Amino acid sequence: MNMKIPFLAAGLSALSVMSAGAADEVKIGMITTLSGPAGYLGQDIRDGFKLAMEMNDGKLGGVPVELIVEDDGLKPGNGRQIFERMQSDEGVKLFTGIVFSNVAGATVPDIVDSGSFYISPNAAPSNLAGKGCHENYFVVSWQNDSLHESAGQYATELGYKNAFVLAPNYQAGKDAISGFKRFFKGEIAGEIYTRLDQTDYAAELAQVRAAEPDVVFQFHPGGLGITFLKQYQQAGLADSIPMVLAAPSLDGVILQAIGDSAVGLTVTAHWNSDFDNEANKEFVAAWKEAYDRPLTYYASQGYDAALAYASALKATGGNIDDADAFRESLRKADFTSVRGDFSFGPNQHPVQNWYALKVEKGEDGTPMLKTIGEVLSGHSDAYAAECQM
Amino acid sequence: MTLFIEQMLNGLQFGVTLFLLAAGLTLIFGIMGVINLAHGSIYMVGAYAGTVVATQTGSFWLGIPAALAAAALVGAAMEFLVIRRLYQRDHLDQVLATFSLILIFNQVITLIFGRQPLFVATPEFLSGSIEVLPGLLYPAYRLAIIVVGLAVALGLYLLINKTRIGMLVRAGSTNRDMVRALGVDVRLLYTVVFGLGALLAGLAGFMAGPILAVQVGMGEQILITTFVVVVVGGVGSIRGAFFASLLLGVIDTALRAYLPGLLRQIMVGPEADALGAGISSMGIYLLMAIVLLIRPKGLFIPKS
Repeated sequence: MNMKIPFLAAGLSALSVMSAGAADEVKIGMITTLSGPAGYLGQDIRDGFKLAMEMNDGKLGGVPVELIVEDDGLKPGNGRQIFERMQSDEGVKLFTGIVFSNVAGATVPDIVDSGSFYISPNAAPSNLAGKGCHENYFVVSWQNDSLHESAGQYATELGYKNAFVLAPNYQAGKDAISGFKRFFKGEIAGEIYTRLDQTDYAAELAQVRAAEPDVVFQFHPGGLGITFLKQYQQAGLADSIPMVLAAPSLDGVILQAIGDSAVGLTVTAHWNSDFDNEANKEFVAAWKEAYDRPLTYYASQGYDAALAYASALKATGGNIDDADAFRESLRKADFTSVRGDFSFGPNQHPVQNWYALKVEKGEDGTPMLKTIGEVLSGHSDAYAAECQM
Repeated sequence: MTLFIEQMLNGLQFGVTLFLLAAGLTLIFGIMGVINLAHGSIYMVGAYAGTVVATQTGSFWLGIPAALAAAALVGAAMEFLVIRRLYQRDHLDQVLATFSLILIFNQVITLIFGRQPLFVATPEFLSGSIEVLPGLLYPAYRLAIIVVGLAVALGLYLLINKTRIGMLVRAGSTNRDMVRALGVDVRLLYTVVFGLGALLAGLAGFMAGPILAVQVGMGEQILITTFVVVVVGGVGSIRGAFFASLLLGVIDTALRAYLPGLLRQIMVGPEADALGAGISSMGIYLLMAIVLLIRPKGLFIPKS
């Protein structure tokens, strides 16, 4: 963690005000979740972002960059405090990093209202995508609903007639269920909101079994997902009721943690490590070189967030004081995303393709995610039309 | 009906897991007067130690002694190095010190094992389901947890009520000063009690491994519920912890399972689901508030 001595930092920020406009280091503040069960999500976003810097000698778009990382502990209040501290003590104007929608909901409006920029490498709650959109708020990941719209679409394509849906009771969970329902044409056999701190799903699984649905859709990111999938399999449901998931419920780490029992699960995602494009191959190779742990899509989004900042820093020559010019160059999305085609829609959320993945045994016998087809092409989100900038 | 019985079994299993943690916590709280927030960290240590040994050796059984030994050792060391200095201090100091222990444990585990959760398989012969009643399949592993938990409860009952050390523990929880005045080595008693509490937490952590994600911060998730159990059951009472655990486990499960359905009778679907989820997550805290109003010392402390 890059904790700076406050006095020194205050002194430095005073200096940087004096030398504003000169080509010195641009500070990027990363507020992310590093502690607790969801800590690996933030860790991967951070390390994906760092990887993009390291591959370019600590620069983004040719401009030297200093990344300041702080842990929000998955607490919305912490997110805001960290932002205020980074802005007032260190003069940071570019932000990124938030993993969870509840932290984003409390922090992002303050960031962008103060005139700073925020690029989301993950959370993109619906309330910030439509009427609550902002010209300084960009998202490189997805709008929350879109993740699950692709899963709904795929479940429909697979011919399932009724689905049981489960998600935690918070903004992203509600976005997940409404997203899935928007594109799923069958009936909803049951709908359960779990808790964000829940560790035992036996009561919910018993209800799933009793409802006898064709398919189960569930959204449980990070450690929650591991727990849910393990218990689903132990309850003997894995053999009788198939599951269609969106990317957060089965990332690289969850896959490793639940092992062989994941084989056969279907997932929809915007990125996968086997994507056959140059940018992605370079990214995957660099990750394997640098880190000895599974590669998740969180890392790819952290990496893309860095590329997005790099594109604007390059176009403006590192001058972030002219907010209008910086914003214009960000909007062009002039970078090669690891997921292939990528552009920003009118609400500055991604327009991108969604793919179906399946868990199969890899060559070395460990389960891996394999891309098997496209589900949605050039997909935006349901809120773009409501956005007035 | 089978669904109802299954849900009750789920509640029982959750309650038993809570009991393993709450038993240690209530002993430590009741006898030593220490609020030990780091109890969840010992649970995590047990889970990690057991899981690592089980995966390295390929034997689930070797994981059990490893988890117990690691948890007891860490517990005894914690008592010797930190907690011992806190007996005479007020609760705020204890909370601060043991909270910092949580942070230290989490960071150390992160440094050693990383933030990725560990994988542990269910032992082969417990991986299937057992037909408890006609038409009611229940995971064998969860049944095993219930059996182990009840066995531990019986063992603790015998230990507390039939042995000399149990007598000292009971005496210590009702009148600490008198025990000391009678010449009992209270320091040793404290270390033993703390170690025992840690041992149970470690067992709970290891048994949770195949069901939950073994990861940093897993202790804090369950610790708050455990404190609710201790308060509802009455501080220092093992019997109280046992009944409160089962009660809360069953109530929590029943609320989660049936409240949204009941609300759906009077409200629109999605709203009922969201409201039901909200109320059921408050359920055990509401119960605690009511218990504190009616019986401030807990349900199972005899009125004196």
